[in-house]
Formats: sequence, C-alpha cells, structure tokens
Amino acid sequence: MANFWQQVVSGLATGGIYASLALALVIVYRSTGVINFAQGEMATFATFLAWTFVDHGISFWPAFALTLAAAFAGGVALERVVIRPVQGRSVLTAVIVTIGLLILINGATQWIWGGAVRKFPSPFSTRPIHVGSAAFSIQDIGIVGVSVAAVALLTVLFRFTKVGLGLRAAAVNPDESRLVGVPVGWMLALGWGLASALGAVSGMMVAPIVFLDPNMMQGVLLYAFAAAVLGGLSSPVGAVVGGLSLGVFLNLLGTYWSTFSGDMRLVGGLAVILVVLLVRPAGLFGRPAVRRV
Amino acid sequence: MSRVGLALRAAAFVAAAVVVALAPRFISSYHALEWSQVAIYFVALIGLNVLTGYSGQVSLGHGAFMAIGGYTSAILIAHHHVHDVWTIPLAGLVAGGVGLAFGLPALRLTGLYLALATFAVAVAFPPLVRKFDHFTGGNQGLILNLHTNDWLYYLSWSIAGGALLVGWLVLATPIGRSFRALRDSEVAAVSFGVSPALYKTLAFGISSFFAGVAGSLFAISSAYVNPETFPITLSLFLVVGLAVGGLGSLPGGVVGAILIQFLPTYAQHVSKQAPQVIEGAILVGVMLLLPGGAAGLLRIAANRSVVHSSQQS
Repeated sequence: MANFWQQVVSGLATGGIYASLALALVIVYRSTGVINFAQGEMATFATFLAWTFVDHGISFWPAFALTLAAAFAGGVALERVVIRPVQGRSVLTAVIVTIGLLILINGATQWIWGGAVRKFPSPFSTRPIHVGSAAFSIQDIGIVGVSVAAVALLTVLFRFTKVGLGLRAAAVNPDESRLVGVPVGWMLALGWGLASALGAVSGMMVAPIVFLDPNMMQGVLLYAFAAAVLGGLSSPVGAVVGGLSLGVFLNLLGTYWSTFSGDMRLVGGLAVILVVLLVRPAGLFGRPAVRRV
Repeated sequence: MSRVGLALRAAAFVAAAVVVALAPRFISSYHALEWSQVAIYFVALIGLNVLTGYSGQVSLGHGAFMAIGGYTSAILIAHHHVHDVWTIPLAGLVAGGVGLAFGLPALRLTGLYLALATFAVAVAFPPLVRKFDHFTGGNQGLILNLHTNDWLYYLSWSIAGGALLVGWLVLATPIGRSFRALRDSEVAAVSFGVSPALYKTLAFGISSFFAGVAGSLFAISSAYVNPETFPITLSLFLVVGLAVGGLGSLPGGVVGAILIQFLPTYAQHVSKQAPQVIEGAILVGVMLLLPGGAAGLLRIAANRSVVHSSQQS
C-alpha cells in the first residue's frame, strides 16, 4: 500500500506538469479557437533559455522568473507576428501555421544549443520524506506545489481582475467586447503570452526529471493533449483535473501493468484520447458543442 | 470540368509521363533513386491532399500511416516471402482499414481533433513498433530484398501515375463532390443529405490507403525498415510539402515532393539543423503569403495571361 501512495504522489507530480501545458493549450484554444501544436516546442525553447541563464551563474529562481518574462514576451510576439495575419482565415490555416512553428522552433533549439542531452538543475532536493512506511520525494511535492501555484495565480487573474474579465470577454464574444471597449487584439496576444509562460513552467519542471533535450516536450505535448481532451478542450478546470488524473492513472497503469511502462505510456496517452472521443467527446467538463445554424 | 480542360489535362499527363519515362536515360543511377523517392512522397501527398485540400481535415500522422504500410510490406516480405510488388496493394488496404477505424472516433468532432489524435499516433507509433519486436524486428528492424535503382524508379513512378489517376477519379465522383461540399460548408452539405461522419471518415480512409502504398514503396526502396525509418518529422514535412505544392491541387504535390526530397540535402551545407528551420519558415511563410502554394501561383499566372489576352483581342 505504501508503494501505491508513493506512485500516486509521483503521478500527481507528472500530472501537474501535464496540467500546466494542457492549461496553456486550453487558454489558446478558448481565445483563438486554435490548437497550438508549437506549445511544447515553445516550452522547450524557454527551458533551454533558463539553462543558459543558470549556466551564466544566475541562481535557479531568478532564472525561473527571467525565463517566464522572456516566454511571455515571446508568446505575445508570436501572436502578433504570425497568428494575427491568419486569424479570421480558416482554422486549418492557423493550425498549419502552428505546425510550421513547431518545426521551426524545434530546429532553432537544435541549431542554437545542439542536440546533446543536458542535465537541468532541480530547485528541489530528491531526498525522500517518510510518512509511515511510504517515502515521498521533495522534488515531486515541489513540482505539484509550483504547478498548483501557477494555476492558482492564473485563476485569480482570470476571475478577479479587470484584465481577466477582458480576457474572458474577448474569448466568449469578441465582437461585442470590441463594442464596449475591450482591446480584443491585445487580449488574444496576452492569452498567447500567458500560455507561453505557463508552458515554460511545465518545461522547467519536467527538465530535471527527463533531462533537457530538444525533443523532450514531444511526449509531454501528447499527454497534455490527452489531459485537455479528457477535461474538455474548452474547460480550464477540466485541463487541470484532466492533467492530474492522467498523471496518476498512467503512473499506476505503468506500475501494475508492466506492458504500459516506459515509452509505452505514450500509447496509454493515445488510448485515453481515443476512448474519450468515443465515449464522451465533450470531455469531463466540456459542454457538448452546440451550434446555431 | 469542361471538355477542353479535360483534354488539356490529359495532354499534360501524357507529356509528363513521357518525360518521366525517358528521364532515366539521362540521369545517373543514384539520381534515379532520389527521383523514385520523389514519386513516393508524391503518392503520400496525393493522399494527404484528398484529406486536407479537398475535405478540409488535417493529419499530422501520415508518417505513421506510411509506417503501417511499410511494416505490412516488410513483414509479408521478410517473414512470409511474398513477392515485393504484391505487398503494395495489401499495405494500402491495411493502412486504409486502420485509417477508417481510427477516423471514426477522431472525426466525431471538428477536424482539430483529427489533427490532435493523428499527432498522438505519430508520437506513439515507434514505441509500439519496439514493443512488438517479434513481428517488427524491434530496433534492429527488418532487412528486405535489394533492387536496382532503375527498377525502383519505374515502379514508383508507375504507381505515382496510377495514384494521380485514381485520385482524380475519386474526386470526380459524387464522393469527391461530397468531400468538397463538407469542406466549404458543413451546414449546407448536411442539409443536402451528405453525412459528415461517413464522408470525413471515408476521406481519411482513402487518404491512409495512399499513405500505406507510399510507405510500402518507401520500405521496398530502402530495402530496410526500423522505427527510425518513419520519424515524426516525416509526418510534419508531408504537411510542409502539401502546403508548398498547393492545397486542392493533386499535381502540385510533385513540387512539394521535390522539396521534401531535396531541401535537406541542399540546406545541409548551411548547418545540420538548418533544413528544419528552413522547412518551418517555408511552411509559415507559404501559409501567410501564398496560401495556394505552387499550384496557386500557377493559377494566378494563368488568370493574368487569360485576362491579358482577352484585353488584346
């Protein structure tokens, strides 16, 4: 039983990472109706940036803050430069543009930093804490804490500030928001910036566990898709609940059914996507899509 | 299509076929192999165009469907000693069948979900191949028969020609009309009795069939398959090739296929990682500036000259 609880906590830690990236996808999807396939690569790029900061002697948390600021600015810039021109054209066009960004940013990361695998410093010790017979690692608990804090901050921003109200209004009804004076264009860019910063959080949390390499977020992106689909693609709460439960589910699945350990967890993630789409396409928290004709 | 248009198209097809048939007399054997790869990408792009250009869905996992075709052929050849050529249609059918089954859940919602689910397939496929190493040879892969480059060239281009004809035929039937109707306005299509789920899934199935045939040819011409033969970047580069060739133009795929085959070789002179950066930049640039791709450019040029000549008369 001790092992069970250890696996649950470690599943929550990876789940927190999935949840951050899934929430980033949901923020972009809600505001612009696009799934950003480059979200993972943007996070990887930001994490390499953080590595460079640390490598130049900046300690972890200041480097963390600097990276978030850079990721935010990068997200805003990308929206303004490449997404804005295709807004209002077909969704297919916008999706293909994000695929272009995926290829481009992945290539740029390899070009700048090389393909070698690097060790990324962890802000938390891997020392275990003993509770009864179970041992929980401080790193896992720290990752859960950072992910929860990031999500909580965003919730406060969206729920209780005027900017948050503008963000939600621009996402729900851009035309009427424009009429009452919400700068819709900037709200969409802000959404991209926030999503990019949130993705950077997940990147910096996953890098100490899987090591830093240019393709490290490809798998995480798959899990984030699964988490977002499970929670309902348009629901922020769903993305968080979906991410955490997916992390725990896959971890327990891998522990008790050895077929689904290691790389085969990816197949588990794929299976979750397909089962959700077959059984409950709107996800746990999403509303079924209803369109007025 | 008008009778003149049809005649022009037939003439262009015959002329292209003659050029392709005579080309090996003038190029080296190594270049023949490279050009046979172009034909293979062309087949995959015809399939992807049926899906993306004509029915408005996008697949990020066509590399994985090529892999399904490639492994079907490889397993039949290596384990069951079936003749290479006979495995090609079987590979297409297996990939097409998997595509049909897969399209069913993925296409219940908008096309975005298909993009997302196919991306997941592309990422999850290599671990599956490694898992079932009893059939697939795991990381070591399977070794197949060697062929001469000229034989591969003629095989690939005959199949590419056939694929182009089949693609045109499919799109000329009521099925093709339903694809386009769904792409342009799902609501209007439904009110005319077109079932979105049926036709979107069918489009994905047909598209996967082409991918399977291309994957099978790819395996036969490499004489070797392993999990790295069909990386996720292959799926993504196919989307680049599609956009560059032109969404909604089957012959435009040749331009995309040439780009996929030759860009990495030429861009490598800059840096090993340069091809990827250039491919990504091309894709973003084409979508922003030239959504019709190479075929769109031709169409614009043709319209201008038509306008020009009509002004003169």
